[in-house]
Amino acid sequence: MIEVKGVEKYFDEEGGRRQVLYDINAKFYDGKTNLIIGQSGSGKTVLVKNIVGLFKPDKGQILYDGRDITAMDRKQLKELRNEIGMLFQGSALFDSETVMGNVMFPLKMFSSMSAEEQRDRAQFCIDRVNLTGSENKFPSELSGGMQKRAAIARAIALNPRYLFCDEPNSGLDPKTSIVIDELLSDITHDFGITTIINTHDMNSVMGIGENIVFINKGHVGWTGNKDEIYNVDNDDLNNFVYATDLFRDVRKYRREHGYKPTRL
Amino acid sequence: MIRSLNSFGNYCMFLWRTIGIPEKWREFIKRYLNEMTKLGIDSIPLIIIVSLFIGSLCTILIKLNITNPLLPRYAVGMTTREIILLEFSSSILCLILSGKIGSNIASEIGTMRVTEQIDALDIMGINSANFLVMPKIAGLVTIMPFLVIICMGTSLFGGYLICVLTGIVSTDTYIYGIQTMFIEWYVWFALIKSLFFAFIISSISAYYGYTVQGGSTDVGKASTDAVVMSNIMILLVDVVLTKLMLQ
Repeated sequence: MIEVKGVEKYFDEEGGRRQVLYDINAKFYDGKTNLIIGQSGSGKTVLVKNIVGLFKPDKGQILYDGRDITAMDRKQLKELRNEIGMLFQGSALFDSETVMGNVMFPLKMFSSMSAEEQRDRAQFCIDRVNLTGSENKFPSELSGGMQKRAAIARAIALNPRYLFCDEPNSGLDPKTSIVIDELLSDITHDFGITTIINTHDMNSVMGIGENIVFINKGHVGWTGNKDEIYNVDNDDLNNFVYATDLFRDVRKYRREHGYKPTRL
Repeated sequence: MIRSLNSFGNYCMFLWRTIGIPEKWREFIKRYLNEMTKLGIDSIPLIIIVSLFIGSLCTILIKLNITNPLLPRYAVGMTTREIILLEFSSSILCLILSGKIGSNIASEIGTMRVTEQIDALDIMGINSANFLVMPKIAGLVTIMPFLVIICMGTSLFGGYLICVLTGIVSTDTYIYGIQTMFIEWYVWFALIKSLFFAFIISSISAYYGYTVQGGSTDVGKASTDAVVMSNIMILLVDVVLTKLMLQ
């Protein structure tokens, strides 16, 4: 489990300091798809970057199963990072490497496996994300969805305990988004990983939101799950989740007819 | 002033992160050899073309400007050699190469930064500065003296070629000139200078690429800034080294 306790973050700007995160408290559970949702500019990416250690919070603690990342020295941080996998918004695959090369990269750097074992493990991960046959393709030869899947394969290569995904559905069509969501959900449950997904895709919220943290203007606006989000009376959250007439109408209809929350 | 000091401080901290023992020697050596090929071997055609022309031009211009009948004809070869050994083969060559190599390094690393590939390395627990930049610095510093030697030879051959083609000076006189009053230390001087310049080009360009923020426009700007700053630093260090090593 990852626990965020009283995290605050400021950025220095020409006019002075600007606070981006205000006293953030949240818990992200093992074996569950934990979603951080919020509008663009609400601070959710800054929160994720604080959690993974790319930014250092100005105040507060971030506990990985009791280990505080904000108090770790370089060696401890390096050890922890071997337990973390991350899927970036733009996939962040290495241009000069094939899919196989990308997935094998963390294995080459950190595992004590033989070359053959590394290849077998990489092939397992590639098969797991349904990219069999694309092993020798370069990232530029893949579609957006395939790049995301290759990045997921790389992220899970070292069997991480914690998986972070920064807007995994950005730039993807709705059908491919569902494929990626389901893949992340399956991997989370199969391997018992603590998965944190940073998203503003409402279909993801309704489809895989087992634990949801809503960030609004740098504050935690609400926490719950996809079943609760359906009936919550929080104006900020409702304005965000049901931002369009279509969503509002569907919600009204489904509530009246007793439907369970699902994707649109 | 404060901004410049701030940048210099950041550059020093960047070097502190960069220069260290590689995490995986095997991976480092693979990248090191690759960088030597990419930055050094691939620059040889450019070096040969530029050196041939500069060597020829030096010979022609020196011949045109030596009008004093008291000066021996072999002074053309001798002066061409001195110019090539003392300045062209190291400083001017590195200024030219900073355009090619510097922009290559800055844009490659800058693109990796804006596409989050460097963040991906950091998240994996890899020292991205060391992993990406150290092979480039080591590779260029290793290969640069060889490039300088190629430049010296090709430039002097360019001068010889122009003598053959135009007959402005006889080839025997030219060859006698480039051998007369030869000071071996000048070759070492050029080679030592080139090591400093290789370090400047690779580290400054990598710094500009590594610290890019924004998108493709910013990568282009960083690439230009890297070349400009590398050139300024090469000239500055050239003056200092010349003063220290030749006087």
